[in-house]
Amino acid sequence: MGADYLGGQFTAACLRVGTSSFADFLASSAPDLLPGAMTAGPAGQPAAGPGAGGQPGAELPHGTTIVAADFSGGVIMAGDRRSTAGNVIAQRDIEKVFRSDDFSCVGIAGVAGVGLELVRLFQLELEHYEKLEGQTLSLEGKANRLAAFVRGNLGGALQGLVVVPLFAGFDEETGKGRIFSYDVAGGRYEERKFHAIGSGSVFARGSLKKLYTDGMAEDETITACMHALYDAADDDSATGGPDLTRRIYPVVAVVTEDGFRRLTEDEAGEYAQAVVAERLQSPGGPVAPLRQAGT
Amino acid sequence: MPFYVSPEQAMKDKADYARKGIARGRNSVVVTYDDGILFVAPNPSSALHKVSEIYDRIAFAAVGRYNEYENLRVAGVRFADTRGYQYAREDVTARGLANWYAQVLGSIFTESNKPYEVEIVVAEVGEAQDADQMYRITFDGSVADEHGFVAMGGQAEQVAGVLKDHYATGMSIEAALSAAIAALSSQGNGEGGINASQLEVAVLARARVHRTFRRIRGARLEELLSQVRSGAGTAAAAEGDGSAAEPSPGDQTAP
Repeated sequence: MGADYLGGQFTAACLRVGTSSFADFLASSAPDLLPGAMTAGPAGQPAAGPGAGGQPGAELPHGTTIVAADFSGGVIMAGDRRSTAGNVIAQRDIEKVFRSDDFSCVGIAGVAGVGLELVRLFQLELEHYEKLEGQTLSLEGKANRLAAFVRGNLGGALQGLVVVPLFAGFDEETGKGRIFSYDVAGGRYEERKFHAIGSGSVFARGSLKKLYTDGMAEDETITACMHALYDAADDDSATGGPDLTRRIYPVVAVVTEDGFRRLTEDEAGEYAQAVVAERLQSPGGPVAPLRQAGT
Repeated sequence: MPFYVSPEQAMKDKADYARKGIARGRNSVVVTYDDGILFVAPNPSSALHKVSEIYDRIAFAAVGRYNEYENLRVAGVRFADTRGYQYAREDVTARGLANWYAQVLGSIFTESNKPYEVEIVVAEVGEAQDADQMYRITFDGSVADEHGFVAMGGQAEQVAGVLKDHYATGMSIEAALSAAIAALSSQGNGEGGINASQLEVAVLARARVHRTFRRIRGARLEELLSQVRSGAGTAAAAEGDGSAAEPSPGDQTAP
């Protein structure tokens, strides 16, 4: 790094006929700017030694739980605000859910540093394509590009720098919200209805399974996601619950046909406070009926 | 080489060649207004653009050969995105980009047999109108720092002259569009009146965050044009300090 790309070679590369992909352009013209260059090289070593859990990279800040659920008008994604380094809370107000373009959002779980860089490159990839081609990628195309980026970090992941994203967006062709999850090898899986990733995902997914119903409205879906994050924080020490004293609430993204919208702190606070108030009465949260009505 | 050609003659020939090529096409204008920067180009195609987004607050306008300025546009987007990725988004500036374009065009002009037949403008919208930046870069790599308005193309000086008569600091978008159309049609850029289908219009909207570039087309453009046709007089009158404004610049645009 550090080289200023104003040289003749870089200028020639800019003028060359080529790809509309920013990542591919960097790979051919300025490869050391790519995040993979730090981990994929032969001399690449994980930045931290064996951590508390005996895993390399465990001492680096990790992002934890992200949930997503679709609803009639689009899709919701929400993430808690905690990052942990081993047993220490590294940051209380980290943001792990981002706008990737006008009609999609991306959340990350795993090593925060690698994840944030992945998101930055992904956002730019979508914007770059849109500027060069004059139109946006399809939602499927965006999901596939993200899969390629995750696969690019496979070397890092094998060294302990694991990060996986959750991608969700509004598909303008079908008029529906769609959710995609990933594994470290770049496997891309379309999820139906809802999904969660990160250390608290087991609890969040169990919670959403009981709370999610088809045809929920936007506000009901946001509340369900808030409950799921609360349940994740309840049972997973690495996931942070709503911090009422510091007014730190989960980041909530809503993607509909009107585009991406992130709830303001006040709006997210209202949902979070309502969930906490309900939990004061019933700590386990909403109770699902034991039998379906009529059976 | 059977004949000796002096460097002066070689440069002059190249410059004449480029100028002739540019003069064959139509003019384009860029005008600042109270809420941003307006780009207007006569362009019958709705897919092959003469005005494009480069970065958050920076846009690009060009006249001349399409394949050449398209090449420059793509290069500019790559340059800007790489810079913004390497440093930070606010480190991408019109000044930096204009200097880079000047280097690129300058070396193409001196080193290759065929100069680019293009003229481009790189504009950046600022927080206030006096912070707007506009750079006009010609085929040989010379850069001019422009204020308020720029005209490009063959009869750029005449077009700029008309624009100067209609331009006032702090004018509305309707008045700016009206001035732009008056200036363009003064040099026969839209024979017999300019309509929406022959006009490419875009803005850098000052108040927007992140990406400020917006194309104005379809119904929005029709609406704006009808306001220009019907209310140009009032738009000009509304500019309190519009000392240079003609009573009704729209007269020249009426079909």
